[in-house]
Amino acid sequence: MSAVVEKLSQHVQGTASSFKGKLVNLKDQIVKNRVSYLFLAPFAIIFMVFTVIPVIVSMGLSFTYFNILETPKFIGWQNYVRLFLSDDVFLKSVKNTFLLAAITGPIGYFASLMFAWFINELPPKIRAFMVLIFYAPSISGNVYMIWQVMFSSDAYGYVNSTLMKLGFITEPIIWLQDPRYIMPVIMIVVLWMSLGTGFLSFVAGLQGIDRAQYEAGIVDGIKNRWQELWYITLPNMKPMLMFGAVMSITSSFAVSDVTIALAGLPSVDYAAHTVVNHLIDYGTLRFEMGYASAIATVLFLTMIFCNKVVQNLLKKVGR
Amino acid sequence: MKMRKLKPKRLNRSLGGDVANIVILVIFGSFMVLPMIYAISNAFKPLDEIFMFPPRFFVRNPTTDNFRDLFLLMAQSWVPFSRYIFNTLFTTAAGTAGHVVIASMAAFALEKHKFPGSKLFFNIVVTSLMFSPVVTAIPNYLVMARLNWLDTYLALIVPAFGYSLGLFLMKQFMVTIPDSLLESARMDGAGEMKTFWTIAMPCVKPAWLTLIIFSFQTLWGATGSTFIYSEELKTLPYALNQILMGGFARAGVGAAVILLMMIVPVVLFMVTQSSIIQTMSTSGLKE
Repeated sequence: MSAVVEKLSQHVQGTASSFKGKLVNLKDQIVKNRVSYLFLAPFAIIFMVFTVIPVIVSMGLSFTYFNILETPKFIGWQNYVRLFLSDDVFLKSVKNTFLLAAITGPIGYFASLMFAWFINELPPKIRAFMVLIFYAPSISGNVYMIWQVMFSSDAYGYVNSTLMKLGFITEPIIWLQDPRYIMPVIMIVVLWMSLGTGFLSFVAGLQGIDRAQYEAGIVDGIKNRWQELWYITLPNMKPMLMFGAVMSITSSFAVSDVTIALAGLPSVDYAAHTVVNHLIDYGTLRFEMGYASAIATVLFLTMIFCNKVVQNLLKKVGR
Repeated sequence: MKMRKLKPKRLNRSLGGDVANIVILVIFGSFMVLPMIYAISNAFKPLDEIFMFPPRFFVRNPTTDNFRDLFLLMAQSWVPFSRYIFNTLFTTAAGTAGHVVIASMAAFALEKHKFPGSKLFFNIVVTSLMFSPVVTAIPNYLVMARLNWLDTYLALIVPAFGYSLGLFLMKQFMVTIPDSLLESARMDGAGEMKTFWTIAMPCVKPAWLTLIIFSFQTLWGATGSTFIYSEELKTLPYALNQILMGGFARAGVGAAVILLMMIVPVVLFMVTQSSIIQTMSTSGLKE
């Protein structure tokens, strides 16, 4: 009996002292790593003030009714309930967004990687120029204009007139108003614009690979450029691949400018309505900020989940 | 054998592969460059050609009228136009410089010094990229108001220092710096700041040159309309948007504006890209 008590009291003392020990340990750690914390501090403070605080406030607003003019009223889970149970347009926008993300995300990602690699195969002198050409949609102002000209709904639009000349169609197709065609057109435009941040980081990453590794690879029996890509280049590029994946996810789930510019807000029959379109609709047109914040929070959680899945897949590269 | 002589650096390359590579790049490249050609062509179109039906891709009777009209409008501006240009150049340069330095320092600490909380902080930064900025606009405004930074340059410059993207990019590239390199610098008595600045940063030059482009592009296009009210603090994109508000008659001027706004980022892009490729094509990182 007494042995048990003794053991128990020892245990209690043990946890107490280990807690105290942890605190002391933490203080030691902070003092020991003070240089690291100083390096981090300027960024951390600005990031907290201008990113973390606004995000947390927005998440808080998602539990309120907030019309921007009056003070927010707490309404619990009501926004979320409404979102999933009675907002048919939201469910349609979720479907559209998933479809867009599932198709343009992976294809855009691989296209970025492939074109960065293809360009890297060229002689150094023309590489910078080629990178500019492929990055052009991301750097030249009002890029959607050109697609309106291309997919113009009359017989003079470039696509219509070409298809009519070739005899595929006899009447012009109303590309941007016909629910059957809006999504494919949007996907083409999104894909065309997908060589952005990820692409440039791949271009930069390819420059940093040690040339000696390629020479060693030849000794080890690497026969062609594809083997070189898989066994040497990609494993060296892992950090950039992770970066590019996050960029792909964030951009493919956040498509909104393209649909507004080409199909309008709202698009005919909500055929091209994305989650971010829905969010903009409620946040900036109907002034229901609480509801818009709930949409943003749901989208946020979805992206986090997708990111987890993709990062796990990327761990398998080069094996 | 002949190929080897022409390209001594590239091994294991077949001629067929090289040709296929070039063909693919030319086909897709001509597709990608369309908007740029369209923007250039539009800026030189006379007004009747801009509104021509059916629309034309290339200009037929090029004219510089659009630029002349634009400069006339600029001269009439209430605040001297050079002021808008200065505002944008200043906020863009200051924001970009600060962002590159501050984000790189933080990335260096997160990647090369493992310390309590470093992983957690990095995860928060990456996760924050996924939150839609549309709904954070109001909280952001409130923060600015609380800081008393409304209607100052600070409202445009300082938030740019803390963009998540820069830290994420720099941290991913710092993974590739061999620890032994940093260790030997420390052995030679270099402080952390010196190690960071003279060893780590040159190693990841392609990364920060790329980051300069991203940051520059964001700030260059910033209208700042939510935070800035005084006319003499407003940015170039804001002033140019005002000119475009003039409606249909300003369409030609608008095309000229788009081209002029494009030139600076494109020039910067060419400079940074060619220096990324030149420095690194001769030497890679060595352990």
